[in-house]
Amino acid sequence: MAGLRFDLRDTPPEAPALRAELRAFLAEAGREWTPMVRAYSWMGFDREFTREVGRRGWIGMTWPAAHGGGERTAMERYVVLEEMLAVGAPVAAHWIGDRQSGPLILRLGTEEQRREFIPRIIRGECAFAIGLSEPDSGSDLASLRTRAERVPGGWRINGRKVWTTNAHRCDFMIALLRTEAQPDPKLKHQGLSQFLVDLRSSGLTIRPILDLVGEEGFNEITFDDVFVPDSMVVGEVGQGWKQATAELAFERAGPERYLSSLPLLTAALDDLRAEPAAAEAVGRLLARAGTLRQMSLAVAGMLQEGKAPEREAALVKDVGNDWEQITLPETIRDLLDPARTPPQVTEMLGIITMVARSYSLRGGTREILRGIIARQLGLR
Amino acid sequence: MSDELRTILLEQVDRLLADTVTPALLRGLEQGIWPGALWAEMEGLGLTLALVPDAMGGAGLGWDDAAALWQVLGRHAAPVPLAESMAAAGILAAAGITPPAGLLGLVVPGEAGLPWGRRAGHLVAAGGDSVTLHHPAAAQEGRGAVSRLPFDRRTPGPQVAAAPMPATLGPDAASLAGALIHAAQMAGALEAVLDMSVDYATTRRQFGRTIGGFQAVQQLLAQAAGEVAAAGVAAAQAGRSAARRGLAGAEFEIASAKVVCGEAAGKVAAIAHQVHAAMGFTDEHALHLHTRRLWTWRDACGAERVWARRIGTAALARGGAMLWPDLTARDEGAAA
Ligand SMILES: Cc1cc2nc3c(=O)[nH]c(=O)nc-3n(C[C@H](O)[C@H](O)[C@H](O)COP(=O)(O)OP(=O)(O)OC[C@H]3O[C@@H](n4cnc5c(N)ncnc54)[C@H](O)[C@@H]3O)c2cc1C
Repeated sequence: MAGLRFDLRDTPPEAPALRAELRAFLAEAGREWTPMVRAYSWMGFDREFTREVGRRGWIGMTWPAAHGGGERTAMERYVVLEEMLAVGAPVAAHWIGDRQSGPLILRLGTEEQRREFIPRIIRGECAFAIGLSEPDSGSDLASLRTRAERVPGGWRINGRKVWTTNAHRCDFMIALLRTEAQPDPKLKHQGLSQFLVDLRSSGLTIRPILDLVGEEGFNEITFDDVFVPDSMVVGEVGQGWKQATAELAFERAGPERYLSSLPLLTAALDDLRAEPAAAEAVGRLLARAGTLRQMSLAVAGMLQEGKAPEREAALVKDVGNDWEQITLPETIRDLLDPARTPPQVTEMLGIITMVARSYSLRGGTREILRGIIARQLGLR
Repeated sequence: MSDELRTILLEQVDRLLADTVTPALLRGLEQGIWPGALWAEMEGLGLTLALVPDAMGGAGLGWDDAAALWQVLGRHAAPVPLAESMAAAGILAAAGITPPAGLLGLVVPGEAGLPWGRRAGHLVAAGGDSVTLHHPAAAQEGRGAVSRLPFDRRTPGPQVAAAPMPATLGPDAASLAGALIHAAQMAGALEAVLDMSVDYATTRRQFGRTIGGFQAVQQLLAQAAGEVAAAGVAAAQAGRSAARRGLAGAEFEIASAKVVCGEAAGKVAAIAHQVHAAMGFTDEHALHLHTRRLWTWRDACGAERVWARRIGTAALARGGAMLWPDLTARDEGAAA
């Protein structure tokens, strides 16, 4: 269809053994996870858990051994990701590093950057934040204005980033910054560059922003003459837009784009046996879940082959977001009986009802994704 | 069948259908005009026996190849009941009965009739513990309320052959085959409807530009594209599972495909008509030749509700703790 292909993939031969190992580990680690933890999942920050995951070799699984990586396949990594998400593990302390910052550094970083960051990410000791959005630049990301100016030995940054998830708990951020003033809005994609920014730099202020759930999930970051040495430029100066959009393909490609609210279905299922309407409703949910999983595997397969499935990823994210954000929570809500439902399930539904708003916003809004798909269809 | 051979076969069938299936031919079907030349060509290509093993004179295709072929057929509005005849022959062969020549009707429990039942040379019943081949009783001709296509009541007459139901087909063989056929055909018809809508949106002009330039229209069509992609994946996955584990072992995937393709049919047909507006509401425009099939196939051999209930009932019985392990174990053999 219109140049989009979703070839079916198999999970790798290693999958059964890997799953068994993960399930044993997650059952043990997850003993104390509250409904809040499970509902927050890939936004939930837990360093201790992340270090354990790192110790078991589940961060940087596909990266070269020379840098401490596991040299395993993208499909094996996929198995690890989906197992973590299916139980709502708090993976935020390594998720971004493993998904996009690490791969970016490996692909475009200097040897020095690789040596400095990759082993630390793999050990779960260097957590990354995503520094894209600004107060006046959300969907229109390329309009961003936070500036990096050349100074002897490096760059001086001034401006603001916002909505930076977990920045107050992270170590570094990969920031997309304007290195060349661009008065012509038509040329806004030019003159942008990516930087590794130490979140403990002087002049950098992180102000947590309470989210609607009542958590300090994201932040506002103010740069006031923050110095970043030359050695922290990622890739090429001026090529930031191209680099960042390639990075976004990684961001959009994962199973977190449909699985975020699966723990709610798992938690609620036993309780639904008494509800006559549940069989059909649950069947519809599972029909989609199985299909979305195959679509997501298809994208993982393309990543494995070294392709950049940007459009396929956008499409799967769009269809997946609908399911995890609307279909699943709405279905469960409709089936629950307050007189019967255990409090943990009600609590998880409540949290997911709130958190789910973000699924169709972050990583590109629903409207922006559909714009990408429309372009693929030849409509723009 | 190798990927390469399959691609060649699918392209060949796609070309044949593209050359033959005109709106005039499709309209003729609704007048009861049988496309004999097309059917003869398909028989000539060996398609009716495609699911029959080489040793029995067939092409030895798997259910995955068949599902891919039915998707192509659906893309061209499935002008002949090839899929049903092919599945019936495949089921007979799997039970060890050599399929007779000519159009075979597949008797699906709960269905009020058979597409083009009047032309069936034999009927195949496959449910419970046996597969049987019958001469058909006289046809009671009818037509689909929405499809307006020949849809005839035809009960099995004298039995010609019988065999025990093979375990790989299972007691619901005919229902599962029927669901797989219609899911795959819907996946194909959905592609056609999306293509027509995109074409229309890039040619119809209003307010001085093509309507596809309006963001509201783009968003609708992008949403449709997501549904079409999901339907294609669901149908392919159902075919692959049936090829690997037999119809009986693929119940979850076939049921899922019928649900996902059916839901997509509802949504995408609605979007297509919204985009085509009044022109798409006319008899003259070809859109309805495809959307009326989508609405028909959606309800054929079990609507979404029926298949969703099967999946849901099984999952509820297994419980929350097994939900994810079951979903991931299906293609990983020993795991669970
Ligand atoms: C929980 C959460 C965590 C986040 N974490 C991070 C993070 O770690 N790092 C980071 O950089 N950012 C992060 N973001 C920001 C996120 O990327 C932005 O919210 C997103 O890009 C949209 O920008 P905006 O919120 O400014 O909305 P806007 O761009 O102002 O959009 C508002 C509305 O208008 C629509 N709209 C805008 N432009 C168009 C258009 N051209 N066509 C059609 N509709 C349009 C949008 O779809 C949306 O519905 C996070 C957001 C959330 C909610």
